[in-house]
Amino acid sequence: MRQRWLVPTILLAMAVALPFVTSTYYVQFASKALIMGILAMALNLVVGHGGLVSLCHAAFFGLAGYVLALLSPGYDPAPLLLTLPVAMLASAVAALAIGALALRTRGVYFIMVTLAFGEMMFFLFHDTGIAGGSDGTYVNAKPEIAIGGYQLLDLGSPTVFYFVVLACLAATVALIAMLVNAPFGRALAAARDNERRARSLGFPIFRIRLIAFVISGAIAGVAGYFAAAQFGFVAPQMLGWHLSATVLVMVLIGGLRSVTGPLIGALVLIALEEVLKAATDHWKLAEGLIVIFIVLALPSGIRQLWPMIFGERADAPAPDVGSRRSVAAAAEARHG
Amino acid sequence: MDLVTFGVQLLNAIQYGMVLFLVASGLTLVFGILGVINLAHGAFYMLGAYLAYWITMYSGSFALAMAGGVAIAFALGLVLESIFIRRLYGRDHLAQVLLSFGLILVIDEVREILFGKDVHSVPAPTWLAGSIQLTDNLSYPVYRLAICVFCLIVAALIFLVITRTKVGMIVRAGAENREMTRVLGIRFDVVNRYVFAVGIALAALGGIVIAPISTVFPGMGDGMLILSFVVVVLGGIGSVAGAAVGALLIGLTDTFGKVFFPSVASILIYVLMAAVLLWRPNGILGRREV
Repeated sequence: MRQRWLVPTILLAMAVALPFVTSTYYVQFASKALIMGILAMALNLVVGHGGLVSLCHAAFFGLAGYVLALLSPGYDPAPLLLTLPVAMLASAVAALAIGALALRTRGVYFIMVTLAFGEMMFFLFHDTGIAGGSDGTYVNAKPEIAIGGYQLLDLGSPTVFYFVVLACLAATVALIAMLVNAPFGRALAAARDNERRARSLGFPIFRIRLIAFVISGAIAGVAGYFAAAQFGFVAPQMLGWHLSATVLVMVLIGGLRSVTGPLIGALVLIALEEVLKAATDHWKLAEGLIVIFIVLALPSGIRQLWPMIFGERADAPAPDVGSRRSVAAAAEARHG
Repeated sequence: MDLVTFGVQLLNAIQYGMVLFLVASGLTLVFGILGVINLAHGAFYMLGAYLAYWITMYSGSFALAMAGGVAIAFALGLVLESIFIRRLYGRDHLAQVLLSFGLILVIDEVREILFGKDVHSVPAPTWLAGSIQLTDNLSYPVYRLAICVFCLIVAALIFLVITRTKVGMIVRAGAENREMTRVLGIRFDVVNRYVFAVGIALAALGGIVIAPISTVFPGMGDGMLILSFVVVVLGGIGSVAGAAVGALLIGLTDTFGKVFFPSVASILIYVLMAAVLLWRPNGILGRREV
């Protein structure tokens, strides 16, 4: 049990220490990566744990960003305690409407239907005049946390912003871990592994999946809210399906069966994009080839790289034998 | 709306639906036989349009662009199947989605390297460039009529091949029961390769025929991909007849939506899709279980 908590504690300590040892640029970069991590973990609740490949999560992400943009009062900061719940609610309602229709279908239909409805949301903001149409609109001031007119936290400071995002990330990890390990999560996984059997055991599959979809959409909304606040700008591309697919890549890189794996995937992919952008103008070509490589060679994500680089530990003892557990088993337990 | 205007809009709707059918039938064939969902389908449509622009620019012949574009797309389909798509058989949908997403990134970037990212227009072949005078101030381009006729011929060919030939019999049997067909000695590795190439060629053909009446631009594949998905969801996946029904429905909804409800026209097809999902979740001509 001691080791199970060791790695997350060290990682959390490093995350807390980060703003004190690096420059503002890296703090903002880390905030962006953590925001994408929240989005990827939210998506994995339905993709990895629910077995439902959704291609419309960018729509929930972008919708929450638009809610912040529309609720921001001119050049004054928006109250976070009011606008964040409204943004989450908007994403949840959109997820409820899309999920109720899309979950009537299975497998490849579900992918196509979620993609189509996601694009419908894109066109809703692109073609109509809402918030600047295809040009998008600015979020002029970052939100603040204030009670009774007294400002507690001003997210305009990159360090404060980073810690608020980190807190949301921790809350997301806790919530998803709790859900996945609760009877609800078991039922969701059962429906993924064998829908017919789960149904005949009496689980209300449609309702369970819809609840997971709505929670996932609401958390995606949290990510979108902070993304809009950080960039200070929202545009229809935020809702586009290329973002949904990119987040799916993060989920695949991090591993489908874990809670925090997609977070790792998000960090890896964002760092990779940063490196590729610096190296070549045609970074998307390289990214595409890397995505193809990962799909073909690493179907369980980058953790497969570990034995490839360091060799299979043939003498590795069976899992759960004291402190000499294999790295893979430790990772398994950590991601649980 | 008088009768002539209505007729013109109806022709537009049919012409739009026919092009949609070309592209969507390729998508539905590939899924029906290979069991692979190909998000890069729209990218090949875009590539077809750019090939049409490129070949007409250098040769001046649209007919050559058509033949050359389809041939290049077909060859590309054979190559891509043998390198990438082949490894997706039996993999889950997530792997298929992400691999084809990777292909989109690669194709988009290769297109940018080869053709740039400018918007282009392609001239219609001169003998089809005129228009027919309907009334004093209303005319209809001959090229649009030619698209209708051409797509009808292609559609008829597809149906003839599928329903009347040995190849079509293999394709239908494969869609029905893959294992059983394999046991009967059909080489599916070969069938898959050619079906994929035909699917890609159909997508490119759609892009080629649309090029003279639309502009050729980098994002055109995305829009077409979504539309083809809606067509396939409406009609029922794997069913070519379903694709025809779905494509015509979308063509009519979109064209007349723009006439009667211009402010919400881009949303209407999704409303239609939602309605069909409530009524028949597996598509109008789909089988009950997928």
